[in-house]
Amino acid sequence: MAGAAADAHEEHHQPYGWTRWVYSTNHKDIGTLYLIFAIIAGIIGGFLSVMMRWELAEPGIQIFHGLASMVYGYEGAAAIDAGKHMYNVFTTGHGLIMIFFMVMPALIGGFGNWIVPIMIGAPDMAFPRMNNISFWLLPPAFILLLLSMFVPGPAGAFGVGGGWTIYPPLSTTGQPGPAMDLAILSLHIAGASSILGAINFITTIFNMRAPGMTLHKMPLFVWSVLVTAFLLLLSLPVLAGGITMLLTDRNFGTTFFSPDGGGDPILFQHLFWFFGHPEVYILILPGFGIVSHIVSTFSRKPVFGYLGMAYAMVAIGGIGFVVWAHHMYTTGIALNTQRYFVFATMVIAVPTGVKIFSWIATMWGGSIQFRTPMLWAIAFIFLFTVGGVTGVQLANAGLDRAMHDTYYVVAHFHYVLSMGAVFAIFAAWYYWFPKMTGYMYSPLIARAHFWVTFIGVNLIFFPQHFLGLAGMPRRYIDYPDAFAGWNLVSSYGSYLSALGVVIFLVGVFEAFAKKREAGANPWGEGATTLEWHLPSPPPFHQWEKLPKIN
Amino acid sequence: MSEHTTDNGNSGRFSNGVIAMLCSAFFVGMIGMAYAAVPLYQLFCQVTGFGGTTQRADTQYSGRILDEKITVRFDANTSAGLPWDFQPIERDVTMKIGETVQVAYRAKNLAGNATWGRSSFNVTPLIAGGYFMKVECFCFTDTKLAPGEEIEMPVVFYIDPDIVDLPEMKNIRTITLSYTFYPVDEPSPEAKSVSLPKTGNNLGG
Repeated sequence: MAGAAADAHEEHHQPYGWTRWVYSTNHKDIGTLYLIFAIIAGIIGGFLSVMMRWELAEPGIQIFHGLASMVYGYEGAAAIDAGKHMYNVFTTGHGLIMIFFMVMPALIGGFGNWIVPIMIGAPDMAFPRMNNISFWLLPPAFILLLLSMFVPGPAGAFGVGGGWTIYPPLSTTGQPGPAMDLAILSLHIAGASSILGAINFITTIFNMRAPGMTLHKMPLFVWSVLVTAFLLLLSLPVLAGGITMLLTDRNFGTTFFSPDGGGDPILFQHLFWFFGHPEVYILILPGFGIVSHIVSTFSRKPVFGYLGMAYAMVAIGGIGFVVWAHHMYTTGIALNTQRYFVFATMVIAVPTGVKIFSWIATMWGGSIQFRTPMLWAIAFIFLFTVGGVTGVQLANAGLDRAMHDTYYVVAHFHYVLSMGAVFAIFAAWYYWFPKMTGYMYSPLIARAHFWVTFIGVNLIFFPQHFLGLAGMPRRYIDYPDAFAGWNLVSSYGSYLSALGVVIFLVGVFEAFAKKREAGANPWGEGATTLEWHLPSPPPFHQWEKLPKIN
Repeated sequence: MSEHTTDNGNSGRFSNGVIAMLCSAFFVGMIGMAYAAVPLYQLFCQVTGFGGTTQRADTQYSGRILDEKITVRFDANTSAGLPWDFQPIERDVTMKIGETVQVAYRAKNLAGNATWGRSSFNVTPLIAGGYFMKVECFCFTDTKLAPGEEIEMPVVFYIDPDIVDLPEMKNIRTITLSYTFYPVDEPSPEAKSVSLPKTGNNLGG
C-alpha cells in the first residue's frame, strides 16, 4: 500500500458522528471509550465509598436509614434495618465497580488499547471487531450491576449485600431475590469482555510486533499487559465456573455449595480465591509497566535491569496462582497447609522487591524532573511499598488470625489498589494525556489534583491500620465508641479525596478548553518509546510504514 | 513496505486465528478445570479429612490402643422443614484413644405423614476429621420414617492413635461429631442410586 493510496483509503473510511464510537474498530477510539467508561464508573464507585465514610464518621447510624427511605421508601424501624442492608449493598457495589468497571477498564482496556499497538509498532489490535465487542459488553454488565441495587435481594430488602467475594450460603439461600442473579450475570458479561480482550492482546503482542522488536526488546508496559492477559485467561474461567455453580445452586437445585446435598461452601472460597488472588495482580501489573516508563522518562535513564523487570512480572504472575488460600487461614485448613501458603505468599515479596529496587536504581544518578506523572509514579512506589509491607505481615497465618476481616486488611488492600493501581492510572493519564489528545493540561491543576489526592487517601487509609489493630471489623455499618476518633479522620480524608476527583475533572475540562499544543514529545529525551515518535494526537491509523527497531 | 504492511497480520509463527483458537481452547479447558475441582475437592476431602470429613475405616479395630483418653461429644441438628426429633442417646463418651466404641442417635418423626431425611456430618476441630475412623454410621443414606416412627441409628468408630502426633491437637482432647438431617423428597429409583457420596451402605464417606 503506497502512501497516497493509503491516505485516500483512510479518508474514505474515516467514520464520523456516533458511528465512529458505536461501530468503532479503531484501537485508539475504543481505548478512549474505555477511559471515559472507567471515569464514569470510578465516580459512581467513589460516590458509594464517600457515602460509607459519611456513615462511618461517627458511631451510630447517621445517613443510611434516610437513604433507605429516600430510595426504597421504608419508614421508621424498617428504614433502619433496610439502611443496614443498604450499607452492605454499598460495600459490595463499591468493590465490584472499582475492580471490574474502573481499574480493569482503565488500565487494560483504556491504556492497554491505546498504547500497546503503538508501542509495538502495530497499526491496530489483531481483532478490531472483537475489540469493539469487548468494550460494548461492559456497559450492559455495569447496568446489570447497578440494577441489582434496586431489586429484591434478601427477604424484605434490596440489592446484593454479600460483599464482593459473594460467599455462599449468604449468596445462595441468604439472598434469594433476583439481585444476586443480576450481579452474577453482570460478572459473567464483564468476564466475557475481559477474556475477549485478553485473547486480543495476546494475539496482538505475539503476532503484530514491528520487525526487529523481539520479546526481549518489548517495552515493559507491553510486557505487563501480556502477563496480565495470561493471568486473565487462566483465572477468569475459574470465577466463571464458580459463579455459574452459584447460579445453578440458586435456581436449578444443584448443591455444589450446600452441605445438605453433599456440597461444601468452602469449595466456593477455593474457586473464588483461585481467581481472586491473580485478579489483584491483574489490577496492579499494568501499573508496574506504566510506572517503569514514567520513572525512566523523567530520570532520563533507561530502566534499570530491564530483563529482571520483565521476568519479575512473569514471576509475580506465576506465583500469584499458588497462594490463594492465604485468604482462608481462618477456614480451618491444616497447619502444614498454612505453612506452605505463608511461605509461598512471602516469596512474592522477592520479585516485587526486584521491581521496587530497580525503580529506585533507575532514579539513582538520573537527571530527575518532578513533572506531574513523575509525582504520581514516585507516590505509587512509596505507597505501594507501604501496602506491600502490610501484605507481608498479613501473609503470616499467626498474625492473620487476629487481623482477618479487620480494617487492617482494608487498609492493606487499599494501599496497594486505591493508592497503587489508582495512582498508576493517574500517572498514566498525565503521562499520555498530551499524546492522546494533543493538548497539554495545566501543570498547576494537575499538581493540585496530586497533592489533594495524596493527602486525602493517606488520611483515609493510614488511620485504618490503627483501627484494624484495635480490632475494628470490616463490613459493619456501626462500631463501638472507642473507634470514633480515627474513623472521623478517615472520613475527612474521604471528603478530601472526593475534592481531588473534582479537581481532576476541572483539569481535564481546562485542558480541552485552553487547547495548549503539546507537540509530539512534551517530555524530552527521556521519552524513548515509539508513541513519542508519532504526532499528538496520533493519526487515525498509525504505522502505515512500519518502524524498524534496532 | 507493502510486504511489511501485510506482514502485520502474521509476523509470528502462527496466524492470528490459531493463537485466538488456542486461547479459547485454553479458556474452555480452565472452565472444565473449575468443574473438575468439584469431584477432586470431594476426593481430596475424603482422603485427607480436610474440613472435618471423617474417615471410613477399613478395619474394625485400631492396631493399638493408647492409655490416653479422649472425649467425643455428640451433636444433632435437624434442618428447618423436617419435623423430626433427632437426638444423640448419650451426650458424650470418654474413651481410650484407639478404642472402638458404639453409640447411637435416636430420630422420631413428629409429623402425621411419612417423611424422608438425609444426614450429613462433620467433625470439629476440622483437623480431627482425618483421624475419626467410622466403622459404621448412617451418613448420606436417605431415611424414611413413618408417622410417629422412632428409630435408633448406631455409630461405631474409633480415634486413630496417630492423632496424638498432630500439633494442632496438642492441647485438645475433645472432639465433637455433628450430624444434621435435611429433608429430602421421596427419592425416585434413579435418584436413590446416585446419592452422594457413593458409599451406598452404612459406612461413612
